Amino acid sequence: MSDLSEKVSKAKTQLDAHTVETVQWHFHPSTGSPFWLEKAKTYKFDPLTEVKCFDDLKKFPHFEDEWLRGGPISRWIPKGLAGKPAYVFETGGTTGIPKSRMVIEDHWIDYENFSDTLPDESFPRGSNWLMLGPSGPRRLRLAVEHLAQYRGGICFCVDLDPRWVVKLLKKGDVAGAKAYADHVIDQAITVLSAGHDIKCAFATPKLLEALALKLMDNGSSVEEAGIKGIFAGGTEFTPQWYRFCREELLGPNVYITPTYGNTLMGLACGKPFDPADNFKITYYAPQPRAVIETVDFKDYDQVVGYGETGRVKLYTMTKELFIPGFMERDEGERELPHDKYPWDGVSGTRPFHEIAATTTVGVY
Amino acid sequence: MLEIPVIRWGRPYESMEKQPVVHFETGETLASMNQANGGLIKMDMRKASKARDILRQFSIEQLCEMCEKAADFYLNATLPLGNGTQTPQEFCEIQSATTGLPQHMCAANMRKNSYVLKHMKEVLEALTRGLPFDVLSKGYGMESRGITVSYQAQTPVMGMVLPSNSPGVHTLWMPVLPLQVGLVLKPGSQEPWTPYRIYEAFAQAGVPREVFCIYPGAHDCGAAVTETCARAMIFGGASTVERYHGDPRIQAHGPGFSKILIGDDMVDDWEKYIDLMVDSIFVNSGRSCINCSGIWASRHTEAIADALAQRLGPVAPLPMSDPKSSLAAFTVPGAAKAINAQIEELLKAPGVTEVTAKYRNGDRHEPHERYDFLRPTIVHCSSTEPAIANTEYMFPFVSVVQCSQNEMIKKVGSTLVGSCLTRDPKWSQELLDATNIDRLNIGEVRTNQLHWMQPHEGNIIDFLFRARAFQTSPPPTH
Repeated sequence: MSDLSEKVSKAKTQLDAHTVETVQWHFHPSTGSPFWLEKAKTYKFDPLTEVKCFDDLKKFPHFEDEWLRGGPISRWIPKGLAGKPAYVFETGGTTGIPKSRMVIEDHWIDYENFSDTLPDESFPRGSNWLMLGPSGPRRLRLAVEHLAQYRGGICFCVDLDPRWVVKLLKKGDVAGAKAYADHVIDQAITVLSAGHDIKCAFATPKLLEALALKLMDNGSSVEEAGIKGIFAGGTEFTPQWYRFCREELLGPNVYITPTYGNTLMGLACGKPFDPADNFKITYYAPQPRAVIETVDFKDYDQVVGYGETGRVKLYTMTKELFIPGFMERDEGERELPHDKYPWDGVSGTRPFHEIAATTTVGVY
Repeated sequence: MLEIPVIRWGRPYESMEKQPVVHFETGETLASMNQANGGLIKMDMRKASKARDILRQFSIEQLCEMCEKAADFYLNATLPLGNGTQTPQEFCEIQSATTGLPQHMCAANMRKNSYVLKHMKEVLEALTRGLPFDVLSKGYGMESRGITVSYQAQTPVMGMVLPSNSPGVHTLWMPVLPLQVGLVLKPGSQEPWTPYRIYEAFAQAGVPREVFCIYPGAHDCGAAVTETCARAMIFGGASTVERYHGDPRIQAHGPGFSKILIGDDMVDDWEKYIDLMVDSIFVNSGRSCINCSGIWASRHTEAIADALAQRLGPVAPLPMSDPKSSLAAFTVPGAAKAINAQIEELLKAPGVTEVTAKYRNGDRHEPHERYDFLRPTIVHCSSTEPAIANTEYMFPFVSVVQCSQNEMIKKVGSTLVGSCLTRDPKWSQELLDATNIDRLNIGEVRTNQLHWMQPHEGNIIDFLFRARAFQTSPPPTH
């Protein structure tokens, strides 16, 4: 057995064990959440006795994110964690009653794990951070702040309400959306110019682009502003954009790495940059806490072959949240395991073609 | 496989992602287009001023001579295209195959573009109203009557967000380059052919490639072009026009709602003008904003509608290569179906009659696996009230509307081309004074018979240059 095969096999064993442990926690009357204990009554199988490996999660119906809309939020808190201080984070930039996720410590753990994948030379420990992304009831803002603190730094943030931007774009107010983006970038420029020794940043692709161009207009650059490492995420982080960043927008001395995730999952890491990949971006979920599958468009329980295209399916298995298969709004190609991440990855993520036309892509 | 690069100030650029351009009938991939991204455009536009600097190394007269040469290259030469070459015949074939416009119409559009290029000096002399060209180059100069005038360029480049399905619109941007203003083109996904061929024709005629950018790509590219070019033209629907209304940087071209208005003094002779009406509705498959979408008269409207329906109702689709093919295909999935459904809904209004149905021998909507046709449709409206009395669709469609002459100007609303059949001096003066009619024809002129020496939807000279005060000495004492 090769070294990689051994790692893949070990990861699979670990995933199976973690799956059983998570299901036991969420469905045991003494530790499970009111939501899942109630839901279990509708199943024709007993999760406590009939889930013995990861593949057994296919016995569950797909998770519907509509379940996350409205309250009471407390129904998601596992009894085993009752009494702990809880956060609520909202997903997406849509209007109406938001979908909410209850979090206690997951965002800290996820970003601490993510921290271990960042190269110290590009994200120097002890240095300060700029969080150039959405504020408000978002997991991202607190998670990046925790990441900065975990690495010994302080995080500087901007005010950014993505829902307002979506509203502007939906009514065709392009100038208003541009003015709002300028307002956000002005905040970032001000923070960067204030002598806070900021060396690391999270940014959305659009905002990073706007920041870099504004700095150039001012006769400076992201590098001259002191930034050494950036992580950015979203389907707008395409191979073309990756190349454009490295070759033109940021230059060779600023490190940028793609990430993929949402409020329900942790943070999937990009495969480390390799010129041989020709800027192809491949993401790996933070297994075993979360899993990404690439599944057939017509059968969401069937994984596609390596290199084949399918819809992205997420699983989350932490003590705080159990999601047995959620259909993400993206599609992509299934990728082989990697030495650093010995499990399946997904590349070429882009909006799922059946719903892409109805999605308004905002400022972030 | 034909592979076409992004052009960045004359330099080809290969992107990571590419988009196929497919044959609308077969789905066969005909070419692979490299794709720009918005940030890349914004980055390039930081160097836009160089384009005008380079072009001002030539006089406007010299650039007009280059246009004349480019006209010939464009119409007749085998020109480089991406990793291959393209003959004029291949140009027509591929343009037809991706836009759904019959090949002979593509050839006609080619001749039109070539004509405008060939006569560029006359076009500019007309559009500048005889202003010495060096006034535009230098920024000021002396008119023949001894008055100092100053025209200041408002931008070093003009951005163009071009449509996918209307190869006829390209004449609008051709005067830009000889005015010493660089070109930033975002071609439509199905019609990159004209921008690339014109670019190559200009280059072969001696225009430096460094004054061109061509950015095939997604919507963010169009947004980047309109955001970063101080002057840009964009083509779209009514919502696009509305969005940019009042923005001096953007000239938005949308539906034309072009019409033929028949005066009371000539309407009794309506039969004499049926050919003029048919051609106004039908030439170029009714796809242009200058095609007639409304015929307004105070009487005989039912007879006019019936005569038009007899001529156009039986017209059916033919193969794209057939010289008699007169209907363009709808290549965007679902578009024809949606338009047809909308028409059916609007036909339910009181006083509205579809006249073509009895002459058509089939449905209006003719669906195929990958494309659709909508067959010519003539509607009669007994008043101006129904919504369908003032609509426009991208196929041969017209509403014949009964309306008294004294109400007509007010009721026709915004009209890009108004062809008015009248010899009544009083009404003619009222038409001349009507600000809701852009291009006015009084006489037997089809709505789509444009004289290229006339401005179109605003004079491009006024769009690109600003007349301003300029003095080199104090004025006379007063």
